[in-house]
Amino acid sequence: MLAQNIIFGLLAIAMGGSALKLVTTKNIVHAALYLVVVLSGIAAQYILLAAEFVAVVQVLVYIGAIMVLILFGIMLTRAPIGKEQQLDNNQRAISAIVALFLFGGLSAMLWDAFGKESLDLGNSIASGSSGVNTANVADSIFSTYLIPFEVVSVLLLAALVGAVVIARRD
Amino acid sequence: MMLNQFLILSAFLFCTGAYGVLARKNAVLVLMSIELMINAVNMNLIAFSLRNDNVAGQVFALFAIAVAAAEVGVGLAIVLLIYRNRRNIDISDIAEMKG
Repeated sequence: MLAQNIIFGLLAIAMGGSALKLVTTKNIVHAALYLVVVLSGIAAQYILLAAEFVAVVQVLVYIGAIMVLILFGIMLTRAPIGKEQQLDNNQRAISAIVALFLFGGLSAMLWDAFGKESLDLGNSIASGSSGVNTANVADSIFSTYLIPFEVVSVLLLAALVGAVVIARRD
Repeated sequence: MMLNQFLILSAFLFCTGAYGVLARKNAVLVLMSIELMINAVNMNLIAFSLRNDNVAGQVFALFAIAVAAAEVGVGLAIVLLIYRNRRNIDISDIAEMKG
């Protein structure tokens, strides 16, 4: 129990710091690297939450594919590699106020609703008593959520074709 | 482990992403902040999947990841088109439809 809390704390500090640097850094490539740190931390949190398949998908899709796409976006728009002063608009103060109030409101609501409720590590997902978690996720996708699964494949195809059509040079 | 430690961490990441979306001018940085917000939401889904002892949360997180991949593909295509037409991707300059 204690080891998991220590790991959570270390990951949370790394993720929080990287997220803050991501939205404040003046170097756009550094921002992409900070995003990689946050995404890896989230994959590790998924493992802490006994969702190993989602953690692997997170690494493959986010760190593998989406980060490469974003780096391509940075390179193709010829962002200056190095410090740049023009990355923020003039609404920083009011944005910070909005974000702080949002965080305060969300935290107060979460604390009010769940308080110190602890996660039951003896239930079937955490202890694996109902079989391998990944197998249960697969069963669920291909029985209960079969139609949403097919809709998502059509959505991915549409997005792919749309991206090609939009970015194509005529 | 408490449930709230995950929920509050994800609320923090979400608010950081919201600040990034509001305060950044570079379109690629705005897309990155949106990714941060989507990931914060996914962490909520996984935490509640463990709390309710139901794999539906993990399935929903997988769907959300697929939709985020589609979103980033189309978003970057739009950013590239903006760059090709205007030679910069400063989203505060794109105000032709402002009344």
